[in-house]
Amino acid sequence: MTFDPGAEAGRVVDAVLADLAAGHRGVVVDSPPGAGKSTLVVRAAAHLAGAGERLMIVAQTNEQVDDLIDRIATGHPELALGRLSAAGYAPSARVAAHPAVRIAQKAADLDEHSVVIATAAKWATLAEGSWPWAIVDEAYQMRSDMLLRLAGRFERALFVGDPGQLDPFSTVEVERWAGLSWDPLRSAVSVLLAHNPELPVHRLPVSWRLPASAAPVVSEAFYPFTGFRAGTAPGDRRLEFSARGMGTPHDRALDEAAATGWALLELPARHTVRTDSEAVRATAALAVRLLQRGGVAHSERGTAPVDAARIAVGAAHRDQVTALRAALGPAGAGVTVDTANRLQGREYDVTVVLHPLSGRRDATAFHLESGRLCVLASRHRHACVVVARAGIPELLDAHPSAEPVHLNVPVRFPDGWEANQAILAHLAEHRVRA
Amino acid sequence: MSALGALARLEAVAAGRAVPVATVRHCHLSERPLVIVPLRLAGEAVAPLAAMVGTDPERPRLLFVPQPRNRDLRFRFAAELAEVVLGRIEECRTAVEELPPAKDGTERVRYGEAPQIIVPNQAGVGFLRMLGRSTRFRRTDGPYPVDPAVPMLGRWLTWFADRYERPGAALLLAMTETLRLHWASGQSSLEDGNLAALLGWIDPPEGLTGPQAAALAEDPVASPPAGPATDPSFDNEVLAPAIAGYDEAADETGLSHAKERLRTVLSSQLVPTWELMWRAIGLLRALPEGANVAARHDRDRDSFTWYAETFEEGFPQARRDDAVNAARRLHDLERAQESYDAQRAFDDPLVMAEYRLTGEAFGGVVTECLPTRLDETGKKPKLRPWLRVRTGDPVRLEPGRAVCSAARPGLKGRIVEVAAGEVLVELTGGMGRKLTPEPGSVPEVGDRVCFTSLGTDSARGRPNFPEREQTPWTHGGPPAEYVPTDEDAQEAWS
Repeated sequence: MTFDPGAEAGRVVDAVLADLAAGHRGVVVDSPPGAGKSTLVVRAAAHLAGAGERLMIVAQTNEQVDDLIDRIATGHPELALGRLSAAGYAPSARVAAHPAVRIAQKAADLDEHSVVIATAAKWATLAEGSWPWAIVDEAYQMRSDMLLRLAGRFERALFVGDPGQLDPFSTVEVERWAGLSWDPLRSAVSVLLAHNPELPVHRLPVSWRLPASAAPVVSEAFYPFTGFRAGTAPGDRRLEFSARGMGTPHDRALDEAAATGWALLELPARHTVRTDSEAVRATAALAVRLLQRGGVAHSERGTAPVDAARIAVGAAHRDQVTALRAALGPAGAGVTVDTANRLQGREYDVTVVLHPLSGRRDATAFHLESGRLCVLASRHRHACVVVARAGIPELLDAHPSAEPVHLNVPVRFPDGWEANQAILAHLAEHRVRA
Repeated sequence: MSALGALARLEAVAAGRAVPVATVRHCHLSERPLVIVPLRLAGEAVAPLAAMVGTDPERPRLLFVPQPRNRDLRFRFAAELAEVVLGRIEECRTAVEELPPAKDGTERVRYGEAPQIIVPNQAGVGFLRMLGRSTRFRRTDGPYPVDPAVPMLGRWLTWFADRYERPGAALLLAMTETLRLHWASGQSSLEDGNLAALLGWIDPPEGLTGPQAAALAEDPVASPPAGPATDPSFDNEVLAPAIAGYDEAADETGLSHAKERLRTVLSSQLVPTWELMWRAIGLLRALPEGANVAARHDRDRDSFTWYAETFEEGFPQARRDDAVNAARRLHDLERAQESYDAQRAFDDPLVMAEYRLTGEAFGGVVTECLPTRLDETGKKPKLRPWLRVRTGDPVRLEPGRAVCSAARPGLKGRIVEVAAGEVLVELTGGMGRKLTPEPGSVPEVGDRVCFTSLGTDSARGRPNFPEREQTPWTHGGPPAEYVPTDEDAQEAWS
């Protein structure tokens, strides 16, 4: 039997919508990278609002709220949509394009609106009011103490998120709650499921973003027990360049990436500071070279040039991002450069990634966090080029994860150490030495 | 580790002694801190062996348990420790500061002093926390009654340990951590946990370098461990025979001899650390106090006043935080961390330098100033002076980011643009209520200024948390009401 990704994904979405009507207090949907999470949120919103239910939508950042407003208002102009915002909020262009969307600072002003959307932080400021339904987007990135503060606002909820991305974090280190089922540092979904194990959990089975070359790699490394597949077949996406390469390592890395979807540009082993100038230069040069060679992407959506807006450069730390922006200069104008945290939920044709462990002497929990690498390795529709110094596998071998183990704390899968090894093992097959 | 922290360590290695990483003292130091050097019986989670305690370097008091495996003797030790700790707490309650009444008219007071406990290291804090936990649920009646002071000590120690988690609080200090806040040594963080070695780097004895002094500290005979763990050779060769002597004593004379012997050997283990503690206190005292330390001390005194006043009617602290309390506490801790970080940077240019390096702050000279600029786009004109600052710092603040002045955090502003070595700042607050700024409130051309985004994030007002009784279904619903029982004191795994 052949695998029909559209039908498979459609079945899961139908099952989710059916569960919403089945009287569960909560429904959880896990979504791997690019599996149509936002589409599901929009569909579920229309479905619930269409059934006459008042609905609140919780997103994590203003950016995400604006994205959702744009999608819902475009797809379902008949819904009365309201946005709750803080005092100083200036509507972005995406929101301003929909004059029917009402913006207010008080929930009472939006009583008439069937769908009200705001960030979690805004919802948490409300002391009263109740909605029969809530949709919580990016629920794995929300801390459970935030859920505690806004859970009084809704009766039932749909939680949607990607369990493989970065966990929420805190600026303080506290161990006193480790092992408690309501640990405020855990994600909203993990606390929800710890107290309500009977809730249905669905998984979107198809990544529409990741190409056939990437989906199995990312799925095996970061979602070992809850695999997913690519929505496209191996030949469906192609990346080519208008200008031929000149045989430099950079060009060979780009050619390898265009041919196979992955490339590792390996610099000589060296211990460096975080803003390793050689690695930063190489990363920036790859992005610039990619622009110069005029990439063209062929996909199920048609043929389009890979311009600056379709390229992202990712790194682990903010100072690396600053250094990368400086190195790109005017030649790389328009290319997105950001940390893994900020690249979450975004999509590009080609990504160039400075490996979080490149040039390091140690592998800390921060650098081993599987979510960080997962975000960096799963933003692309066509190809991902990684820049790293040699010696990372040896570094990993020298630093097995040594985090303290606490009673009653669920073991987190995948293990960051193992996920890093898996990705490196795959990249080793696409290595180009600088 | 920050770049400056790493640099300071390298400099310490090169110089052979510790390098200051602060120009002021960032923690309150009580006039009469209660120093506690605890020792624990090896192999037990929280079996007290001995403690040297006191507020006077010349008159330490040695408390010890002649047979630490005997639970009655352990609780006798707890009662003795309680006498010291509770005595110090009562002393602090004698002077009272009257505060202006609260908004609803209730009177507010604050005790003039807050008790401060100093232990040698973080393990010492952990020991006090565990000792608090093992004593606060004890009953003073029923099957195994203890001295009424024991559960009181447990509640107070738990309160001290809880307060220790709070960034910027100085009611319970671990000496090694406090020293590390002010000096960087040339050894690893792990080695810094050894008080004698760290002090060797900071203040080596005459004729020795830091590394030499630290090497001496590694000999457990010359420099016994600062506890609570003891040196294993001491345990085997000295302590075990001394305890056996106590067990085997046949009569009163034998007992008192055995106790005297124990007192001598334990004293030999504790006195060196006791002296180090007071030397370290002397070093810290020599530093001038940071400008915001007094304000943080006021918060500590408020917390102490509140806990002391409500002590009688309260229960022992719950073994685990419930969902609402955990969320509340995390929120408080995060706010405290944020303001502590900001205050330390405001108080100390060496700390601010770290933020200037990472681009969260910038310092420079005002090259252009429009002190009376008005923003007239809204209904009413608003005073919005512009400052152009020339800086060599790697600024990483985006346009629109709120900033404040390090010299006067009340002076608020917003980044307008960042371009080659120059930053344009729009001032938004802290210049008075009129349409012309108060004299002296806006920096002038040629002034050196430093602006930072630190401390500008905190959300105003208290956030909403549900009441305990309204814990939502997502977090397991409301927890059961607490009813004290005889089983409270039992540990889940015992």
